[in-house]
Amino acid sequence: MIAVENLTKYYGTLPAIQGVSFRVEKGEILGFLGPNGAGKTTTMRILTGFMPATSGTATVAGYDVFKDSLEVRKRIGYLPENVPIYNDMEVSAYLNFVTEVKGVPKKLRKEKIQQVIKNCGLESVSNRMIKNLSKGYRQRVGLAQALVNDPEVLILDEPTMGLDPKQITEIRHLIKELATEKTIILSSHILPEVSMICQRVVIINQGKVVAEDTTENLTSRSQTSRRILLQVDGPSEVVLKILREVNGVNRVQRKDQVTGNIFNYEVEASKDRDVRRDLAHAIVQSGNGLLELRPVEVSLEDVFVKLVTEEEG
Amino acid sequence: MRNIFYLFKKELRSYFYSPIAYVVLFIFLVITGYFFSAIVTFYSMISFQAMQQPAAAANLNITEGVVNPLFSNMAVIILLMMPILTMRLFSEEKRLGTFELLMTYPIRDIEVVLGKFLACVTVFAIMLALSLVYPILIAWVGRPDIKPFISAYLGIFLMGSAFISLGILISTLTENQIIAAVASFGVLIIFWVIGFSAENTGPTLGSVLRHLSIIEHFQNFAKGIVDTKDLIYYLNFTLFFLFLTLRSLESNKWRG
Repeated sequence: MIAVENLTKYYGTLPAIQGVSFRVEKGEILGFLGPNGAGKTTTMRILTGFMPATSGTATVAGYDVFKDSLEVRKRIGYLPENVPIYNDMEVSAYLNFVTEVKGVPKKLRKEKIQQVIKNCGLESVSNRMIKNLSKGYRQRVGLAQALVNDPEVLILDEPTMGLDPKQITEIRHLIKELATEKTIILSSHILPEVSMICQRVVIINQGKVVAEDTTENLTSRSQTSRRILLQVDGPSEVVLKILREVNGVNRVQRKDQVTGNIFNYEVEASKDRDVRRDLAHAIVQSGNGLLELRPVEVSLEDVFVKLVTEEEG
Repeated sequence: MRNIFYLFKKELRSYFYSPIAYVVLFIFLVITGYFFSAIVTFYSMISFQAMQQPAAAANLNITEGVVNPLFSNMAVIILLMMPILTMRLFSEEKRLGTFELLMTYPIRDIEVVLGKFLACVTVFAIMLALSLVYPILIAWVGRPDIKPFISAYLGIFLMGSAFISLGILISTLTENQIIAAVASFGVLIIFWVIGFSAENTGPTLGSVLRHLSIIEHFQNFAKGIVDTKDLIYYLNFTLFFLFLTLRSLESNKWRG
């Protein structure tokens, strides 16, 4: 549905993005992840035809975003970062204007507006001036204007920024619902959000794609070994020795002391082998007290930080 | 084409949702009203004097005595008002970021420019329509020749539209409305006074400067003369600056 190839954009001599390539299939939600200033907004602006790339191509639904800009613009719904909507209009009048310029046939306009007002939860504010709306409602109006003509592709730049936690959950829920019929690109610098909503993630840093994969693959890929955390009551020298002797354990490290003889230990074992049963068995048999045993999960957050800092190094 | 109308509607609505249009209309009517009453009072005073000296009455006519001074003064007020009407057209959209969203809707740049231009021209036309009360008052008390009024209105409408086209261009160049207004005002003043120095230069350059002057072409209209060269000047001026506006929008896509 969306194909981006070798996209490069320079602002003067400053590269904003360099050689960015990725694809999004129909019906997929792609998370576009990166620290602030990584080039997310630039990429989205190129995709929406707001500005051209210095080099490289991007197509949406088979149309080149630069050459067939009008065709592309008919098929996308775009929500820019700061939700720029006209303050001096009422919500329903604004949505009506959007349906007009987006070329929704006159007969369908009322119905589409009704529908999007319902979907975005705007019933109670539909006759209010936009400038009097709270941030959360503004965001929803922004989303409504992107959705109102039922576009095939949605491009959302930080759709949950500045919202309170309840609103964030609502917007995420809404986006997830939409995903069944639409192709969505969503940018964010909030990791849990991306891992929650998106099937696939492109991580971008300093204008370059540093990783592109499904959320599960990304987290498991950076796990070269399995890490397990233990809390054991017993003389640490003895415990270390016992742990090291368990089959499949590569490295054992004593972490912080809890009280007296109780210490935390971190065990690294090979990935293809679950050593938890053996570890527990060994400790218990030696007569020491096993207080806690849990695997350390690698979150998308760790992957992100790892990739981004690797790039800098 | 239909998009021009949609944008026109939206733009016109925002003129009248904000106080700008009302303030401009109000001040325009107050000042022109003052001029009208002063000019008519003066004209009637001269008319009384002319009754005593029939020789002087031959030189008295309403075109020279009322239409010309009234519309020349109106032209100055319009020079001051038009930049206020045009300053927000693109500057505000750029500052609020709505420009980005507008440019990603499936509409052509030319439709945006024409929609905004026509909305502004409409506000201006409403302004002029309200001032029709002056010729109506004169027609009520006397029996003036109506044709000079028609030509003067045509002239001021064309000149105002030319001001608007230039103001729109400048509004695309900055995010700051004050800068847009001041710069449009400055450029318009230059076009206004450029003919003043015609006397000090040679005959060739002098006539070029006089032809360039935006007010020089209005003189004929205010005297009741509709000359094609003046018509063409204003239409050219307007189209040229609308064209530059279009180019300016396009260049936004190219500049980093």
